[in-house]
Amino acid sequence: MAHAKLREQCKFIISAALFLIILCGVSVEGAALKKASFIPQWVPQAQFAGYYIGLEKGIYKKHGLDLTIITGGPDYSPSELLTSGKADFASFWLSAGIQMRAGGEKILNIAQIMQRSALMLVAKKANGIETPLDMNGKKVGLWGPVFQMQPRAFFKQYDLAVQIVPQSFSINLFLRDGVDVASAMWYNEYHTIMNCGIDPGELTTFFFHEHGLNYPEDGIYVLEDTYRKDPALCAAFVLASLEGWRYAFAHSDEALAVTMKNLRKEHIPTTLVHQRWMLERMKDLILPEEGEDAGMGGLMPADYSRVARGLRSMGLIESVPRFTSFYKVIRENDEK
Amino acid sequence: MKNRGLAFKLILLILSSVTLIFLLIFGYNYMYSRKIIIENVEKNAVNLARATVNQIDVVLSSIEKVPENLAYVLERSLCGGEELNNLLKHIVQKNDEIYGSAVAFEPRAYDGETERYSPYFYKSGGEIKYSDLGTASHQYFFQDWYQIPKELNLPVWTEPYFDEGGGNIIMSTYSVPFYRTVAGKKGSAGIITSDISLSWLQEIVASIKIAKTGYGFLISQNGTFVTHPKKELVMNETIFSQAEARGDEELRRIGREMIHGKSGFVPFTSILTGKLCWMVYAPLSSSKWSLAVLFPQDELMADVVRLNKIMITLGLLGFVFLLVVIVFIARSITRPLSVLAGVAEEIATGNLDVAIPEITTGDEVGKLAQSFDYMTKSLKQYIADLTETTAAKERIESELQIAHDIQMGILPKIFPAFPDMPEFDLHAILEPAREVGGDLFDFFFLDDEHLCFNVGDVSGKGVPASLFMAITRTLIKTRATKDMPPEVVLNQVNQDLSEDNPSLLFVTLFLGVLNVQDGTVEYCNGGHNPPYIIRVGGEIESVAMTGGLALGVMEGFAFKSKRLVLNEGDALFIYSDGVTEAMNSRLELFSEARLEGELGRLKGLPVSDVIAGVMGKIRDFSQGEPQTDDITMMIIQYNGSDGKPDIVTSSET
Repeated sequence: MAHAKLREQCKFIISAALFLIILCGVSVEGAALKKASFIPQWVPQAQFAGYYIGLEKGIYKKHGLDLTIITGGPDYSPSELLTSGKADFASFWLSAGIQMRAGGEKILNIAQIMQRSALMLVAKKANGIETPLDMNGKKVGLWGPVFQMQPRAFFKQYDLAVQIVPQSFSINLFLRDGVDVASAMWYNEYHTIMNCGIDPGELTTFFFHEHGLNYPEDGIYVLEDTYRKDPALCAAFVLASLEGWRYAFAHSDEALAVTMKNLRKEHIPTTLVHQRWMLERMKDLILPEEGEDAGMGGLMPADYSRVARGLRSMGLIESVPRFTSFYKVIRENDEK
Repeated sequence: MKNRGLAFKLILLILSSVTLIFLLIFGYNYMYSRKIIIENVEKNAVNLARATVNQIDVVLSSIEKVPENLAYVLERSLCGGEELNNLLKHIVQKNDEIYGSAVAFEPRAYDGETERYSPYFYKSGGEIKYSDLGTASHQYFFQDWYQIPKELNLPVWTEPYFDEGGGNIIMSTYSVPFYRTVAGKKGSAGIITSDISLSWLQEIVASIKIAKTGYGFLISQNGTFVTHPKKELVMNETIFSQAEARGDEELRRIGREMIHGKSGFVPFTSILTGKLCWMVYAPLSSSKWSLAVLFPQDELMADVVRLNKIMITLGLLGFVFLLVVIVFIARSITRPLSVLAGVAEEIATGNLDVAIPEITTGDEVGKLAQSFDYMTKSLKQYIADLTETTAAKERIESELQIAHDIQMGILPKIFPAFPDMPEFDLHAILEPAREVGGDLFDFFFLDDEHLCFNVGDVSGKGVPASLFMAITRTLIKTRATKDMPPEVVLNQVNQDLSEDNPSLLFVTLFLGVLNVQDGTVEYCNGGHNPPYIIRVGGEIESVAMTGGLALGVMEGFAFKSKRLVLNEGDALFIYSDGVTEAMNSRLELFSEARLEGELGRLKGLPVSDVIAGVMGKIRDFSQGEPQTDDITMMIIQYNGSDGKPDIVTSSET
């Protein structure tokens, strides 16, 4: 009798254990693929190769994310999509992020992808511009407000009186000499200018980071709520994105193939040489220089305060948000 | 090459020369025809480019007139509202090339209030449609078509762009700024535009077809491909992005020339086919775009290449033909030559009867064969003659040998001649220069006390001289008799010789008679070398002359005798001029001085040793030079009446 009872008990225990194991298995599987969405601030060009290659190579999946990348472009504002909850993560400029935080939006920077500012001014040497002082009295093409902070600080720094001309996305105004100086992103317009037949030797370049105005650009932003609810999700997204970038730099041909495929899908005209240039510049802008405090994706307090002070002195923000309330460091083991 | 046959040398030299000449002609022909073609291509290319550019420019500049005229109107009237709309609509309606037209006003320039106003009429689905570009979603102030002419204050053709609404056609806009004077101040009032579809332009350029793969393409001021047979380049790539993709600095350089409004004719690698082409490029004067036309080099050179192939084939055939001909010629020369060489070898072994091959070519080889034939015949004749001559010569030689033997036989040859006469020793020798000689010597007793001895030398040599010598000797022998003085003997012999001497020979003769009892010698010299007396003390004296002529010269000449005395141990040495005139290779004569010295050195030796010593000395002196004259020597040493010489005993005989 006792034996039979024992046997029954054993059977029950084994069955219960099996059930539990199956249950756990299901729950692990379910937890491994959290849904998430990301909006980059522009079309799927090589500026965002790290994210797209991460998606393509299953790096996000490996980090437990079922990620959707919303195709960016002129019709979408990443900040709007983020605050409206249509996107979990968004990429935009540090200056824009600080402005939003100072304006009361509860957003957090969880990774500063670009370490250096790619914004620059270019001028033709043929128009007599070789030094900052040569710009005095000249027509300078500037983009919208976010893009004007560094140029305006630059003009102030060198005490220049320039004639500002609104600049569109095309560089034709500059090529036709409608302006003497134009705004350009190093990884984009600068190369386009070269591909319109102007040699680098014919141009004078003013990189803001060389003039004490390094305002790092693209960073990853998340709503404070999202971060509080699921910090592991945020960590997984950041770590997977950084891994994606490292993969893109190590396998540039593969990354460019993915980039070209995505651009073609969106019917965006481009050339492989242009995307290659862009990816190479991303490497220059994203990988930390030796001796820099922050690792890849880190935001340095000095950079933060430089941009924040710049915003305040331009009157774009009233007070500087606390660094720690703005930036959350993601570490390797934050995923778990 | 050195040891190769004639055929090989001929083939090598002729064919290499011919090949060189062919290559020179071929190379020059190729270079020259290539040059002509390139010149023609360049001429045609430039004309074609110019014509196409003009064709495009005519259209573009006619379109330019429309907004320019409208600007003129708008600057002079405050045309607006319906009137302006009708004007724009009319423009779009009446100009086939114009796809749309707009007037975009500066803020408040339209009516002093409106910030943005831009009536725009465009073709769509066969109708003319209206839209205001100045609505909230359109910020036309910062678009290229507006901003660039405004900033430059110049009319401008925009970069070509895809019209998203109009069915993916490439468009370009010609924008003309216009100005109005407000409150006495002239200021920018806005921009007038004409949009044109570039499909007609693409058609014009696409219709350019050169040979099979030649084509034209057009790039904009930024280097963007406006038309290109490779569709993915159009509106997507610039000539510079292509240059970067291909790592082609030259393409970038050409692209810069093109966008800077330059013209040119350059070698160019086709982006489409990768073929090497010539490319001509020229700018459009209206829009500053640049047209390029590619001429594929290989296709244009096809005729020249085909001609060259034919030439090479013909050249090779000629080469083979020439090879065969040369081999044939060489063989026709060398075959008989090698046969002749074999025959010559056969002849060399002595076979003169070998058959000379019949060669009837009549050329040098034929002549050579004839010469060979003649040579063998001549050789045979010569050998026959030679055999005969040799036989004759041998006969004569054997006869001469007999004559020599006879001549030697008539001379006394047993020495000592008088072993039982101790009063004197006598030795003599005659070495003829040839088989038979003209010298003579003799000695014989006239009576018990008187020894007659003589040495002579007939003028000339050989057989005549030897016969004359034999006659002379016989005459002397018959004339010299007891108690006859030498002068008489010579007178008589001279008389005999002179009487009948048709060959005009003569003989020098020394004849003496020794009285063995007292050593006196009575002698007569008929033109002969004076003998020497070797005194017992070693002095050498010449025998005094008797003033006689050679015998046989003058009939009836009177000879005179003289007398000398030989003391005990004195010797008389008589010789012919063959001794003193013996010559060595430096043409020096043995001379009397050497003879006298030698006689002095040999004094006191037995008479035979003196003769042998002088003879040996002559041989040493002449060093193997052939003897030119007969050599005769005789020595008589007087030992005294009692036959006891002072110095040498006669026992050695």
